[in-house]
Amino acid sequence: MAIDVTKRGGSFLIAETDPNSVFTPEDFTEEQKMFAKTAEDFLHNEVLANLAKTEAQEAGVMVGILKKAGELGLLMIDVPEKYGGLELDKATSMLVSEIVSKGGAFASTFGAHTGIGTLPIVFFGTDEQKQKYLPKLATGEIVGCYALTEAGSGSDALAAKARADLSKDGKHYVLNGEKTFITNGGFADLFIVFAKINGEEFSCFIVEKDFEGVSAGAEEKKMGIKGSSTVQLILDNVKVPVENLLGEKGKGHRIAFNILNVGRFKLGVGCIGGAKLAFDDAVKYANERHQFGVPISSFGMMKNKIANMASGIYVVESMSYRTAGLLDEILSPIDKNAPDASKQTMKGIEEYVTECSIMKVKGSEMLDYVVDEVVQMYGGYGYIAEYPAERHYRDSRIARIYEGTNEINRMLIPGMLIRKAMKGDLPLLEAAKKLQGELLEMPTLDESEPEGLLVEENKLILNVKKIALLTTGVAVQKYMTKLEEQQGVLGDIADIIMEAYGMESARLRTLKLAAAKGEEEAKTAVDMTRLYIYDTVGKVDLWAREVLAACAEGDELRTMLVALRRLTRYTPIDTLHMRLDVADYFIAKEKYEV
Amino acid sequence: MKIGVLVKNVPDTETKIRLTADKQGIETQGVKYVMNTYDEFAVEEALKIRERLQDGTTVTAITLGPERVVETLRTALAMGADEAIHVDDPAFEGGDSLTNARIIARVVEPMGLDLILGGKQGIDYDAAQTCSALAEALGTAQALIAVELKWSEDNQSLEVRRRIEGGDEIVHVKLPAVISCEKGLNEPRYASLPGIMKAKKKEIKKVDLTGVGLDSAEVGASGSATRVVGYSPLSERPECRILEGEPVEIVKELVRALREDAKVL
Ligand SMILES: Cc1cc2nc3c(=O)[nH]c(=O)nc-3n(C[C@H](O)[C@H](O)[C@H](O)COP(=O)(O)OP(=O)(O)OC[C@H]3O[C@@H](n4cnc5c(N)ncnc54)[C@H](O)[C@@H]3O)c2cc1C
Repeated sequence: MAIDVTKRGGSFLIAETDPNSVFTPEDFTEEQKMFAKTAEDFLHNEVLANLAKTEAQEAGVMVGILKKAGELGLLMIDVPEKYGGLELDKATSMLVSEIVSKGGAFASTFGAHTGIGTLPIVFFGTDEQKQKYLPKLATGEIVGCYALTEAGSGSDALAAKARADLSKDGKHYVLNGEKTFITNGGFADLFIVFAKINGEEFSCFIVEKDFEGVSAGAEEKKMGIKGSSTVQLILDNVKVPVENLLGEKGKGHRIAFNILNVGRFKLGVGCIGGAKLAFDDAVKYANERHQFGVPISSFGMMKNKIANMASGIYVVESMSYRTAGLLDEILSPIDKNAPDASKQTMKGIEEYVTECSIMKVKGSEMLDYVVDEVVQMYGGYGYIAEYPAERHYRDSRIARIYEGTNEINRMLIPGMLIRKAMKGDLPLLEAAKKLQGELLEMPTLDESEPEGLLVEENKLILNVKKIALLTTGVAVQKYMTKLEEQQGVLGDIADIIMEAYGMESARLRTLKLAAAKGEEEAKTAVDMTRLYIYDTVGKVDLWAREVLAACAEGDELRTMLVALRRLTRYTPIDTLHMRLDVADYFIAKEKYEV
Repeated sequence: MKIGVLVKNVPDTETKIRLTADKQGIETQGVKYVMNTYDEFAVEEALKIRERLQDGTTVTAITLGPERVVETLRTALAMGADEAIHVDDPAFEGGDSLTNARIIARVVEPMGLDLILGGKQGIDYDAAQTCSALAEALGTAQALIAVELKWSEDNQSLEVRRRIEGGDEIVHVKLPAVISCEKGLNEPRYASLPGIMKAKKKEIKKVDLTGVGLDSAEVGASGSATRVVGYSPLSERPECRILEGEPVEIVKELVRALREDAKVL
């Protein structure tokens, strides 16, 4: 079968996308909105209403909320129907994650259970393992968690010391070791544990709480998400039946990395939820708080922040739901009753791992930007625990650290794309080569000024994509297989790629929105898209210069810089006044709603 | 038992209500609609009765309004109602509570309902008339603002605890009856995700003008004895003034301002 490039992960760098083909938050069906309403009601009545208790780690409260989520079906979204789940589309899964993630610590609790705690069995379990555990995980009757990290091995997860030895009678693996920072560990019934058979073969096991020798350490005292449980898991000669080996012996790394890869998109959308809540709080506060006789929301510098936060959220939201659409498109043809349905599903999600990593990194960094500005807008009250800004500020910080630190993800983003290109799955390097040729030629001067919505911006987006290709191509040529050691170069390239995806996703969504509602109604969306693009091009220019300077010198570098200059040239627009308009829209609404 | 529940699709409580430019109506653009809060108690109570009786009791959700109100029927179905009826016709537009209650009466009459539950009022227009008007039109008993229902052994009558000014009144009611529900009656359940999926498959029955067998002159604006002539927002709070200076001066100025500007003294 010929490869349809546009159906491949990473293809956004080399193909143009029709706005009508992207999924956007404006496309939710009535049913999806009903799911959202249930999640919203649950969030307010159960999660936020109990915040004081969960933050104080009052025993049983958080797990009780998780069980309640189970009763409502919120934990069964990604579980196959055959095993008691609903197996809904990814757009729904993301929407629900986004909403419940407004609950700070609950986001982690929910994510650890439904994502890393349940998905390993969904994707790698045998039929017996699935029958035994999934229906109970789907309803919340049992709580799951994931134990990969150890004190000595975090990012370098494969260096784990926990070991498993087959018993003499061949019926059990005997597990020994200590796992660190296990979310939900304090009340979980089921642990997905990674250990090395004979200290060598990295493997994965399903461990039940009641197996002898399993114990949890004391709760860690954390900066934020205090209501979530984070403990050490101690395995002391734990006898795990051989049937509880998950996946193949020695293939645990496949589970460890794939689960993080496929789970990451949820963390990304979770950040959107957190950011929206903090944003809404801040805008309301800014309208109420008076200084110099007027609401602080009337000050230009406050408006500036409001506009920047909103356009940041808008961009991450656009890229996230676009990715949801891509995932659903690739997953929907899969016959859910096929024996290898879960394998196919995982493969489908894997196709878009780059996009999922982008969502995680951009989502968590956008969130941290937002909560930081929210504290600032609250002034002194932002520093006082009685006001919500303080909690938002602390709770958000973990998202950049877990499920693969943002540094690890930054390396994965170009790394995975280059690997795909090398395998012949994505004609990235061909495109890069062609581009280099083009750029060296004298430019054909295009003096025409095409008019139309976001046409000028599209030129910039296309150029940013070209810059991504140019820098990737140059870096691969220069460092070849040693590129992995050039983390600075990779990091800059990752940033350029991420911005290309973000800018383009925002533009596509905005065009779709404007076509549906008219340009007048879509004005704020148009403004936010333009703001983001014009704010980012300069950064892309800087990153690209760094990469080029690290890869070439002398005349070669000079030629490249000339080409780069052509790609990053633009006439500035009045973004400062545009921000005031955007802010006024949200100040009137008092919430993030496009 | 056959139970009907009246549900209404109203703007979300968080909506900022704006008037249309001509002040003749409310701006609907961008408004998010939800099930009327008090109707949630009605649906919950109906479902609890069905669960308690376990005798094939059915719960039918009924609403009157344009196409958008169907989403509230879906919510009722997702919570667990068995059936839903959407009463809709262009001719119904602009009807007042009494007229609408008459239409609903026509719909439910042939159904032989034993009990009709509704919210104590719609949180949109706050008329609080539909339930009593419906009971009147049907000639059944009515008990409004219920906070507790206590059933007789044969389930043919009940004691309704009604919230009234400063306390409760307990009335004995024989079926058939219309009861309007108040906060405190129960804890409405959520529409669960599986419930929402099941609701999608349930059919919603449509009833139009011909279906209710009324003449177009008897319904909608033309059939109503009242007519809304306009809306006006509450006057904005005047700006706060802070007096400065020596206490003696401030008090003087305050008394003057209260007397001359605010005219309250
Ligand atoms: C609240 C909380 C909950 C958690 N929940 C779980 C859970 O449920 N299950 C679980 O298994 N784990 C969990 N973790 C662990 C988490 O995933 C790890 O902390 C994370 O992966 C980082 O590992 P580390 O802490 O050892 O940091 P390190 O790996 O030591 O990293 C320290 C710094 O070095 C950088 N770094 C490391 N390697 C590289 C590299 N190759 N190149 C460039 N930079 C590098 C990192 O990006 C980071 O900035 C949790 C952690 C916390 C704090």
